[in-house]
Amino acid sequence: METLEPILAEHPFLQGLEARHLQLIVGCASDVRFDTGQFLFREGEEANQFYIIRRGKVAVEIFGAQKGPITIQTISEGEVLGWSWLIPPYNWHFDARAVELTRAIALDGKCLRTKCENDHDLGYELLKRFTGIMEQRLEATRLQLLDIYGNHA
Amino acid sequence: MATMLEQKNQIVDPMLPAPYRVQRLRQDTYDTFTLELQSTNGADGFRFSAGQFNMLYVFGVGEVPISISGDPAMSATLVHTTRAVGTVTKAMRKLKRGDMLGVRGPFGTHWPVEEAVGNDAVIVAGGIGLAPLRPSLYAILANREKFGKVVLLYGTRTPSDILFRRELESWRLRLDLEVYVTVDRATGNWRGNVGVVTTLIPKAPFDPRNAVAMVCGPEIMMRFTVLELQKRGVTAENIFLSMERNMKCAVGFCGHCQFGPTFICKDGPVFRYDRIKDLLAKREI
Repeated sequence: METLEPILAEHPFLQGLEARHLQLIVGCASDVRFDTGQFLFREGEEANQFYIIRRGKVAVEIFGAQKGPITIQTISEGEVLGWSWLIPPYNWHFDARAVELTRAIALDGKCLRTKCENDHDLGYELLKRFTGIMEQRLEATRLQLLDIYGNHA
Repeated sequence: MATMLEQKNQIVDPMLPAPYRVQRLRQDTYDTFTLELQSTNGADGFRFSAGQFNMLYVFGVGEVPISISGDPAMSATLVHTTRAVGTVTKAMRKLKRGDMLGVRGPFGTHWPVEEAVGNDAVIVAGGIGLAPLRPSLYAILANREKFGKVVLLYGTRTPSDILFRRELESWRLRLDLEVYVTVDRATGNWRGNVGVVTTLIPKAPFDPRNAVAMVCGPEIMMRFTVLELQKRGVTAENIFLSMERNMKCAVGFCGHCQFGPTFICKDGPVFRYDRIKDLLAKREI
């Protein structure tokens, strides 16, 4: 039976990972598909996965009663969605909705947390990679907050 | 004879505005508009290079530097796109077809379109920064076979701030041009990308070892764009930025636009990044 290992090995997020670590991750992975408009997760729900996007586009949204859904960012092919599975109390803080047909690999967060506790090298490797993503997103968020294209900028 | 030709084709005295008539004024977004101008002194056309700017004089109000946003190959009509933010540009927006305007120029350095021949061309625009980059894209597309991949990355504030929307849509349909648009903020009905323009760079399809990048937008956006381009492997010598300062005379006399040892008006506005990188982070400049 074909496994998800070759797909995961080629994804930019996991490229260069040691084979033994990749095998541990494959054990927590499943192939998923979301139709346009379908939610991957919703604010407040338990965060038990993260997603490696293979194709399509996902909007990270927050909903305001007066404003409706506001898209904070979009995540597309080659990117990773979700890190709340890493941080207690493991709840999603935003909604994620497929803007178009999206194919992804879901990684079971509970399964991975256990493996990371048992193998700290794997845990450190994953944390390094997630820290890089967090740094990029924090930087992007700061630029968004600056509203650099506004008249006053 | 040479003098006659010069007089026919360009302004001899760079401080003397030539009279131009407004042919058309188009509102692009709620605060941005495009002016199409025609010479009234019988000149054949207005020759310029992509990235250069003109000083536009609204009579009785004042003069401002505005980059040229039209096609360098279409010299009969002079095209400028700007945002109504100050006294002069707000007055400019009120101009009607047939109104007169003074034009001095073209001034400044241009985008390295020739230098990009044989390479991938990566154009990164933020907000109104798409206007001075549009002529470079026209020039590249006019000789499309001479370039490798051509990629346009455009970021703006919201979907309603997207400049040259129809043109972007038609460029997106081309098979020989990669166009990616992103906005900083969007509501639920926007189906495109959301995020700052720098987030497009890691995914953009170009060969960083063989790419020339042309970048225009707010200075902060350009600084972070350079970081991302360099992370991808584009060298400092292959990154070009268009700088903006308070330009008055446009010929390097008055010193208003001094930027370290250079003047933006005559040594710029387009600079190679490695030549100004030490100046970009200096607060005192």
